[in-house]
Amino acid sequence: MQEKDKKDWQPKILAILCNWCSYAGADLAGVSRIQYPPNIRVLRVPCSGRVDPMFIMKSLQNGFDGVLVSGCHPGDCHYLSGNYNARRKFAVLKPLLEYIGIETERVQFSWVSAGEGERFAEVVTKVTNDIRKVGPAKRLVKGVVSW
Amino acid sequence: MVKALREEVKRLFEEKKVDLVIGWGKGSLPMTATPIFINKAEDAERLIWDETCSNNLAVYLTKDKRQLVKTDQKIGIVVKGCDGRSLVLYAVENQIQRENLVIIGVPCAGVIDKKKVLKHIEGKEVLSASFEADRMTVEGRGFKTEIAKCDVLSDSCLNCNHPNAPVFDVFIGEPRKSDSVEDVYPDVEAFEKLDSEARWKTMVEAYSKCIRCYACRNVCPSCYCTECFVDQNDPQWIGKSPEITDTLIFHLGRNLHVAGRCVECGACERACPADIDLLKLNRKISKEILERFNFTAGLDINEKPALASFCENEKQDFIMG
Ligand code: SF4
Ligand code: SF4
Ligand code: FES
Repeated sequence: MQEKDKKDWQPKILAILCNWCSYAGADLAGVSRIQYPPNIRVLRVPCSGRVDPMFIMKSLQNGFDGVLVSGCHPGDCHYLSGNYNARRKFAVLKPLLEYIGIETERVQFSWVSAGEGERFAEVVTKVTNDIRKVGPAKRLVKGVVSW
Repeated sequence: MVKALREEVKRLFEEKKVDLVIGWGKGSLPMTATPIFINKAEDAERLIWDETCSNNLAVYLTKDKRQLVKTDQKIGIVVKGCDGRSLVLYAVENQIQRENLVIIGVPCAGVIDKKKVLKHIEGKEVLSASFEADRMTVEGRGFKTEIAKCDVLSDSCLNCNHPNAPVFDVFIGEPRKSDSVEDVYPDVEAFEKLDSEARWKTMVEAYSKCIRCYACRNVCPSCYCTECFVDQNDPQWIGKSPEITDTLIFHLGRNLHVAGRCVECGACERACPADIDLLKLNRKISKEILERFNFTAGLDINEKPALASFCENEKQDFIMG
């Protein structure tokens, strides 16, 4: 990558948000006019339990620099246990990706409720800054990995 | 030992306790055993039990191989520790009817990985092989070599704490005392210590050898979905060519599907024609699950796999505070 491109580079981050909480939290941040980095693209899911680890790996493969998954706080899941099941999957996925050499910053998880507009903005800001630090994704990206 | 096994199987047939017994027989090449299906007492003579009996026979109870065994049959199956763990997994996941199964345990001191032997003798052709307590002798045209067994044991056997089937109906001989290995995952720990760049490089190098034959999936007792995600076209999760990111995601996906269900039998690794160290990823997950959820697959018939259960108040340090 050219020096110039590096300066202009903006991370592209996929935010997979649960419809009942984090998605509404993002909405609240919006209507409250809270500023946060414009680097996320939102994918709305019915529940964090819907998130197949495959979604996350495919996103990285297809050029996202990072993925944020956000659901309801423990105890608040609309479907009672979706987020608990999701948490177990993430507990394995995160160290596994790190183990094969994917920077740990690229895949992050949070709980954000519908009332936490402010917190949503904070989470997105942190994830964006983290990913800015590690730079554009190269590993696991189709067409970029050389072997 | 083999004699006792044959007699026991004969007895099971004579007492009409089984209609079919799945076990190992002598393979057509040296150092190999082949799965055999016996349906009459006389054939019990074909059974063997030694260091070459590496196949995890549990696979024949699931997958499309189910056609081999009718559901109302009483089936006897000879199992090592890891194979026995697969049966526990099947019982937990309602894949078998426990009461239709006669589990015949054998004490296991580890099986050999034929690929390791061949490496040892630089790929020369082996015409015969014999085993003693701690070593094996291989012979071929113009050579005869002794090899320490520990050098050619399957990777899955190196740190094994479960040499006997956790659940069985009959056991041949005495259950083997476990070595009580304390450090079960030294290989994983060593790899974790490398820096991220080196880990990535190693992975790319290893998995770029994969020819996507899916032998690893096909022999895996825990991979029994009727349609595998890698074969799906709509959506097509994984590209069909052996492109490195597709290949890696295939493996990560498979590893995650068997997370908390992999019994670390090593069948995948032994089957791989590209000689990829496949257990490196499986064992990382098993280690993570053991540390976090204090769970080991296939030990307890009353416990759900780690990823099919949860505790409300468990540690969530990987989630942003
Ligand atoms: S993934 Fe490999 S080691 Fe694990 S159960 Fe399947 S074949 Fe055995
Ligand atoms: S057995 Fe080996 S070569 Fe075949 S798909 Fe599995 S890892 Fe790839
Ligand atoms: S409904 Fe929001 S995480 Fe389940």
